[in-house]
Amino acid sequence: MAFKTIKRPKISLGERFYLQSILGGLWITIKHLALALVGKSRNKKELAGSGIGVTMQYPEFRWDKHLPPYYRGYPVLVKGEDGRERCVSCQLCEFICPARAITITPGAVKEGDWDKVEKAPKEFEIDMLRCIYCGMCEEACPEQAIFMSQDYLLTPTDRTQSIHNKARLYELGGTRKGLVNKWNQYK
Amino acid sequence: MIDSILTFCDEVLSNPIWFYVITLLIKIVICFAITILFIPICVYIERRVAAWIQDRVGPNRAGIPLSIFRRFGVKSDLPFKKTLDYFGLPHDGKIANLCRFFRLDRDIPIFGLVQPMVDGGKLFLKQDFTPPFVRRVYFWIAPILVLAPPLMTAAVIPFAGDLHTSYGSVNMAVANLSVGPLWVFAISSLSVYGLVLAGWSSNSKFPFLGGVRSSAQMISYEISMGLSIIPVLMIYSTLDLSNIVEYQAANGWLLLPVWGEGLSWQRWILLVPVAISFLIFLTSIFAEANRTPFDMSECETDLVGGYHTEYSSMKFAQFFMGEYAAMVVGSSLVITLFLGGWSIGFGLDGWLNEHAANWVAVLCQLVAYVLKLLFFAFFFVWVRWTLPRFRYDQVMKLGWMVFFELAVINIFITAAILYFVK
Repeated sequence: MAFKTIKRPKISLGERFYLQSILGGLWITIKHLALALVGKSRNKKELAGSGIGVTMQYPEFRWDKHLPPYYRGYPVLVKGEDGRERCVSCQLCEFICPARAITITPGAVKEGDWDKVEKAPKEFEIDMLRCIYCGMCEEACPEQAIFMSQDYLLTPTDRTQSIHNKARLYELGGTRKGLVNKWNQYK
Repeated sequence: MIDSILTFCDEVLSNPIWFYVITLLIKIVICFAITILFIPICVYIERRVAAWIQDRVGPNRAGIPLSIFRRFGVKSDLPFKKTLDYFGLPHDGKIANLCRFFRLDRDIPIFGLVQPMVDGGKLFLKQDFTPPFVRRVYFWIAPILVLAPPLMTAAVIPFAGDLHTSYGSVNMAVANLSVGPLWVFAISSLSVYGLVLAGWSSNSKFPFLGGVRSSAQMISYEISMGLSIIPVLMIYSTLDLSNIVEYQAANGWLLLPVWGEGLSWQRWILLVPVAISFLIFLTSIFAEANRTPFDMSECETDLVGGYHTEYSSMKFAQFFMGEYAAMVVGSSLVITLFLGGWSIGFGLDGWLNEHAANWVAVLCQLVAYVLKLLFFAFFFVWVRWTLPRFRYDQVMKLGWMVFFELAVINIFITAAILYFVK
């Protein structure tokens, strides 16, 4: 038999009046209300709620410790542990950025200073008003130079502050330990 | 000087016409204030109770920012620290931390009560945008037509017992009509024109559907609403709302006849049809006020925003004020007819009249009335976050095939009980 007939459930006379289920529903909601009022909402501990309800009171309490490693905060540029800026201004991130938030002005590296790399960004700007935190720049980067950080608190007081230039990006990113996979000879 | 003013007041109040006019103006202000003030209170209750039911906190952030104290001469950028210094408390002591926990270092959060005020202010300041494709005159009339009827109907509802002054007795309803409920029905059914006009004049699809839905729904439920209170009026055998409440104060609320003559067999048997009337009437009030589970005219999932999709700013707010005012007036009618209006109940009204000054009794009754209204405001929200919205055909079926018949049968049951059981 390819199909099975499902019988509709028989609804008793009491259920047909609908009143019983309305009262049941009202009882459930008032229970939630009462528990919230005395500060004993269910799942309060698991969700780190403040007592009234399970909502975490944000600025006072934060979820930072529970952020997963793949959390995407704002993008930053990093330097290697040897002090070299990892970015070689290949502009892959600029091209892949769906919001066109990244603007790179490429430049040459100084003679004798990491000659192998040849290029480094003269200016690197991320417009945080455009950035959508998608993390494609991090994925596209062959040099592991741009990362999505774990920080999300970004409150510019005017529009010019929301454009992160190179200095600001390196300041936010700092240095990363370990070699870039591409350059790692022992890999 | 003061004496001459007092004698002048005395003379003015001694004139029955001036006395009537002055008391009437005071009553209008009180009645209007109760209805209008209940709108932001309802909004606040709505948001707060909804939050608690859903295990959230609700609006608790808007407060009076401490930074405004800088305007009043506090030089410090951090008034909180200044206050701590003033009392000689350490900046990171227990009390300071406790204050920080309750966010007192940034503002004074009066349980989020500032929220409705701020909301109202926001709506006043928003851009009032009229789309170019609307029928302008009707588009502007519609919100007024929604808001005005509920405010008018509030006039007949008595919000306290008679106040006896040395110049005469004052009835605490703005207009003590002898046809109270009929007036309410007649005027409140006008608000459907506002909804229909809003839907039609917006000149776009979803508002139009919303307007049509609301008109069909309101007309259907008005019928069962009118029929459902006929048994109640048969029991009272009067249409005067003040008399109805006085009767209930003396002989037990209609739904709670436990004192006075309410203890008779007849009243207890009558509880059955009264309960049926109460259910139908209450449900119809929900439908009339366009509240969930009957908010067919503005259900977001089907109709974007319903009849007020094209409205913005204060015109949009007027629709919401109309909805809440209809809610307040509807619940005050339920209270007046079924739950004793302003009466405190349990024979306390008679006791207060004998043992306390008249104005104390009136004040207590006013408080009782407001408390009942507050409970109903809560009840509306409670139901809203419990019951899912009906499907449109279910609404029509419930109105026409259940409530209408039930209300008609209920009239005959009541008549039989009134005739046979003494």
